[in-house]
Order: sequence, then C-alpha cells, then structure tokens
Amino acid sequence: MNAAQAFRIDTATGLQYHRDAELLMKANAFMGVVFLLIGGVLALLISLTRWPAVHLLPADWFYLTLTAHGLDMLVFWIIFFEMAVLYFCASTLLRCRLATPRMAWLGFALMLIGSVTTNVAIFEGSSSVMMTSYVPMPAKPAFYLGLILFAVGALIGCFVFLGTLVVAKNEKTYEGSLPLVTFGALTACIIAIFTIASGAIILIPTFLWSVGYIHQIDPLMYRTIWWGFGHSSQQINVAAHVSVWYAIAAIVFGAKPMSEKVSRTAFFLYIVFLQLASAHHLLSDPGLSSEWKVFNTSYFMYFAVLASMIHGLTVPGAIEVAQRDKGFTKGLYEWIRKAPWGNPVFSGMFISLIGFGFLGGISGVMMGTEQLNMIIHNTLYVPGHFHATVVIGTTLAFMSLTYFLIPSLFGRQLWMPGVAKWQPYLFGFGMYMFCLVMMGAGTLGVPRRHWDMSFAGTLLPHEFPGSAYLMMGLVGISAVAAVIGGGMYVLVTVGSLLFGRRVEGSTFATRPTPLPRAPVAAAIGGHGGGAGAFAAPGTFTLAMVFLVAFVLYYFINWKYLSTVWGLS
Amino acid sequence: MSAILPPAKRVWWKEPLDRVELTWILIAFAWAMVLFFMMPYWHAFGRQNLSNEAYRISAEAFSAKAQAMVDKYTVREETEQKIPVVHPPEGSDVYLIARLWQWWPILELENGKSYRLHLSAMDYQHGFSLQPSNINLQVVPGYEMVITVTPNQAGNYSIVCNEYCGLGHHQMVSRLYVK
Repeated sequence: MNAAQAFRIDTATGLQYHRDAELLMKANAFMGVVFLLIGGVLALLISLTRWPAVHLLPADWFYLTLTAHGLDMLVFWIIFFEMAVLYFCASTLLRCRLATPRMAWLGFALMLIGSVTTNVAIFEGSSSVMMTSYVPMPAKPAFYLGLILFAVGALIGCFVFLGTLVVAKNEKTYEGSLPLVTFGALTACIIAIFTIASGAIILIPTFLWSVGYIHQIDPLMYRTIWWGFGHSSQQINVAAHVSVWYAIAAIVFGAKPMSEKVSRTAFFLYIVFLQLASAHHLLSDPGLSSEWKVFNTSYFMYFAVLASMIHGLTVPGAIEVAQRDKGFTKGLYEWIRKAPWGNPVFSGMFISLIGFGFLGGISGVMMGTEQLNMIIHNTLYVPGHFHATVVIGTTLAFMSLTYFLIPSLFGRQLWMPGVAKWQPYLFGFGMYMFCLVMMGAGTLGVPRRHWDMSFAGTLLPHEFPGSAYLMMGLVGISAVAAVIGGGMYVLVTVGSLLFGRRVEGSTFATRPTPLPRAPVAAAIGGHGGGAGAFAAPGTFTLAMVFLVAFVLYYFINWKYLSTVWGLS
Repeated sequence: MSAILPPAKRVWWKEPLDRVELTWILIAFAWAMVLFFMMPYWHAFGRQNLSNEAYRISAEAFSAKAQAMVDKYTVREETEQKIPVVHPPEGSDVYLIARLWQWWPILELENGKSYRLHLSAMDYQHGFSLQPSNINLQVVPGYEMVITVTPNQAGNYSIVCNEYCGLGHHQMVSRLYVK
C-alpha cells in the first residue's frame, strides 16, 4: 500500500478511514451480507414449510435447512458484520490506525474457513442437530470444528479492537473519554470475549466427543455452558445494535446523549448482569434449584432490563432534544413527525428500536420469568421473541447503518435509492407481523422446530385449533414479505457496489488527523438544560405507553398461568 | 455528531441529570423490582411452580420403574401398537418415558387428584408439552425430574414433543386422559 495514502478522509462526513481497517471492514461486512443472503433463502424455505397450506420441504430437508438458517443468521451474518462495526468504532471513530492488521486478517480467514466448514458439514446431511446441537444427538466433527475455528477468529478480532483502543490512547488521536458509541462497542467486545470463551469451553470437548476421545458429555452441563455461548452471543448483538442506534442518532440528527453518565452506566449494567440471562433457557430443566433460577433469570433484580429501558428512552430522547434545538418544538410530537422518514438510515433505526422494545423486550421478560416460562418453553413463542430482538433489533439496525456506510466506507452512491427508501418499512413491518403471529401460535401451543403440526400418520395425533392454523398461515405470509424486504436490502447493497456511482472527493494523508477540539460553546451549552428541565416530553409519553403495555401483558400472562394444572 | 465524538466536557460524570431521564429511571427501577418480586411471591402463594426434585438416573433404571408401574396399574391397551393405558391411584408415583419417537405409557389421571409425575429421556433430549394446557418441560437423558401435578379439568390431553429429537420428532405425540 502506498504510504502516502494510509488514511482516507471522507469529505461528506469528515470520517477518517485507515486503509487497512477500511479493507477489513469491507471484507467483514461483505461476508456478513453473503451469509444474510444464504440465511434469507433458507428462511423462505422454512417458512413456506411451516405454512400448513404450502408445506414445501420434506422433513429431512426442513430440519437441515433450519439448522443452517440458525447458524448462518444468528452467528455468521451477525458476527461478521459486528467485526466491521468493531473496527469502525475503534479505528474510524477514534481516527487512529488499526492495531495489527495482519492478525485481523488471520481472524477473518479463520472465521471464513470456520463458517464454510460448518455449512459444508450441515449440507452434507447428518448434522441436522439445530443451532443448539444438544448432546447426545451427534453431528459430524466438522460441524463443531467449524464453529470452534469461527470463534477463535472472532476472538482475534476482539483483541484487535482492544489493541486499537490502546493505539489511539498512546498516539493521542482523541482527547478525553471514548465516544459513547465506542464505549458501547467496547461493552459488546467484552461480552463477546466471555461468550466465545463459553463456546470454546463446551464445543471443544463436544468436538472431542464426536471424534471419540471423550466418552460422554453430560447433557445438562452442556446446556448450562452452551447457553453461556448461545444466549450471550445475542447479548453482544444488543450492546452492538444499541451502539448503532446511538451512532445513527448522532449521524442523522447530530444528537448527543442526554447524559453521558446515564448511557454509559446502562452499558456497564449490561457487562455486569446481561450474561446471567443464559439461565433463561434452563428454567424448565431438572436439577437446577429455583433460587438459582430466580436469581439468574432476573439478571439479578432485572438490572439488565433496566439498562435496556434506559437506552430505549435515551436514544429517542436524544433525537427529540436535537430536533427541538432545530426548532421542531410544536406540541409533543412535531420532532418525530418531521423526522426524515424517507431516509432509510433513520427509518430503519427507529423501526428497529420500537420493535425491539415492544415485541422483543416485553416477550423476553415473559419467557425469562421462572414460572411463566412453563407456558412458553420451546413453543413457537420463543422464535417469535428472538426474531424480534435479533432480526428487528440487530439485523434492521445493521441494515440502516449499511445505508450510511455504502457512501462513506465503500465510496459508492446508493443504487436504486427508491428501493432503499421502502426497504426498512417492508422488512421491519413484515417482521413485526411475523413475530406477533409466531408468539400467537406459541401461545396456542404450536411447538418450535417442528415439521408437521397436523401429526399426519401418527396413531394418536393432536389437533391444534383452527386459530393455530390461521396463525401459521400468517407466519408464512409475513415471512414472505420480510424475505422480500431482506432481498431488497441485498439488491441495494450489492447493486451499489457493482453499479453505484463513485463518491468523489476523499482526501488522503500519511498520518492520522486528530479530532478537532469541540467548540467551547457546545461544551458550555449542552443539551437539556440539566437538572430541573424536562427536555424530552414526547419521548417520555412514548415510554409511558410502553410501560402500560408491558404491565398489562405481564399480568395477563400470570392470569393465564393461574388457570392451568396445579404444579408443585 | 456527538455520540460518536468524545464527550464535549471532559468531566462528563458530574453533569446533572435531566428530569425526564431521572423520572424514567426511577419508574423503570420500581417496575424491575415488581418483576423480581413476582417470582418468589408465586413460589409462596401461586399454585404453578416447578419442584426442585430431580435425580441422576440411568435409562435402564428409569425404564424398570416405569415397567413396574405399567405391570401394576394397566387398565387397557390402545392403538395397534398396544400401548398400555395406566390408571395409577391418587398420590402415587407416575412414570413417563420419552424416547425416539414415543411417549410411553399412556397415563389416565383423575381430575382434582395429585400425582408425582416422573419424567426422563432414554436417548436424546425431548420436550414434554401438554396440550391444550400448554405446560412445557425439558426432558433430559440421565436425569429424572419429579413434579406433582394436579389436573383441574377432565378431558383428553395430548403430549407433544417440542424439543427437536431427530427425523421422527414431529411424530412423537401421545395422549393423556383426565377422568
């Protein structure tokens, strides 16, 4: 690489990209989108099979497809993209060089080899063990080996991120504390290291078991540790997509956090308490005490839920304050009515935030309550919940960020901006519907990971009510809508890289240019006016609507629980 | 673009809070305490709680206990596979085997009476899902879970497997009668 061009400054945004980091971000984001595309095709096949009137795939292909869909989406798409986000938050936002780019490429190579290995193992058949691969159901050794390689690669990426923070500090490329978004990314990175360690601790012995070196893996131990990986990996996503929300609020509105102290404390609560949530998956298991379950499932007193509720207020609150500063002060809601709803960077982020809170957040607390879990465990309610958190929350937030990164990072104008404009709406609202009807079907008892809810050919079939069939039909229809929305995203991103007009006017430099100091006026003025002000009344009313929905739905579930058989 | 820049004031942790944030934090904290309180409360006063009773057990030992119950309390056989229907007395130990791809035997219980239900899996993990009540429990090989159940409505129930257990997973369904 030409040393004179080690840093590129994007004129439109003023962001500075270290060329090594830039290439890595592009490669990671691109591989993420490749897996999103594969996972999306699989999603279509799965939902067309669960749609009773269509029932597309035969049983063995259904279970194979479901295994691949889970890993390609939840692990490979999201973590590849998260690597790009981590490098962006470190090297670009702190305006410094990336630490050890060669190690970062090694990590990328391991992730690529690992993800391909696991996919090959799945598509060869006889590894249709679902994403969870519960022992003692065996998969091929290559299935576990691929996951281990991928995890090691991701771990290297995490340490490159941490190293880059050190580089920025030593080379004094920024002053004061880390930006909030980088702080959030650091949270995600710390959670990721815990997650990957849990994955290694359980998957390495499981790999050895699959090749015959270990006689037996205790299934309950497997579940306990595996979920330290399986659930925690979704907590990386939460920390990452909340950071992306803050970043987009800053990019689109120039919004600054209402209070650095509150937002950072909320991220810190994630580090301390979010991991406990992996216990949610063990609430109906034998052999774990209720004390253990209650302590852990509440994330110790629900402090992680508290943190999410804080972010849910402070992100739109920061937008409201920024909008009011611009003069959108009429009534409670002019700030949101006059927001740029035609800009997919914003609309996607806002649909992501609302859906994550109302659908993903509330349902997550239901499932995570020890007793309520009994009327939800392993029904379709569970995928209904996590599609709301991971697809509406994480995937849609990442999609919105992409629309910003295509011009800034990839240097291309959006191709087919009209499609991009509508994409978050079709994808987001398709997924809203999809999650709601899945939860509805789960409430009616429809099991997850199940090929045939009609139990055709069995001796004593169970007849689900007609409403359950209606829900499953709606699952199919809304899934098709969401998949089309996802396809539009892939079309725009890939199309932009191939056919988008180049963005001209970047400048290049050999050395990083440090951030200009914040103007003194901004430092004094700040937002909100401090204690005593009520800076975001519109957001506050929205938060109260959320709270009322939460309280009502919570107690409806207890009411329903009280009508089932006595259990003690 | 401030959330992506270092805080404008170096000593950001001394900034006063906005009232919107403070009020919301207090409300959310109070709600979190309610959420936490409900679980111990239900253990004390609710009627739907999981017991903490569980044992390690081999598939053979569990299967032998189930067989002994079947030998003692079978009242009839159903389907062409001649699956025994067991009608155990009130308060007795009732065993239900989960295996590829069958629940065994069929249980017949009486409304309003309590039974100690023992669950274990012979091979892979399975999911006990009682329909249409929608009560769901994880069944793990090597572990015997004991839970006292008290049916509160007579009728024909189904037991569906809702933990993926291989290619015949969707055929693993059985009956449970409450008289």
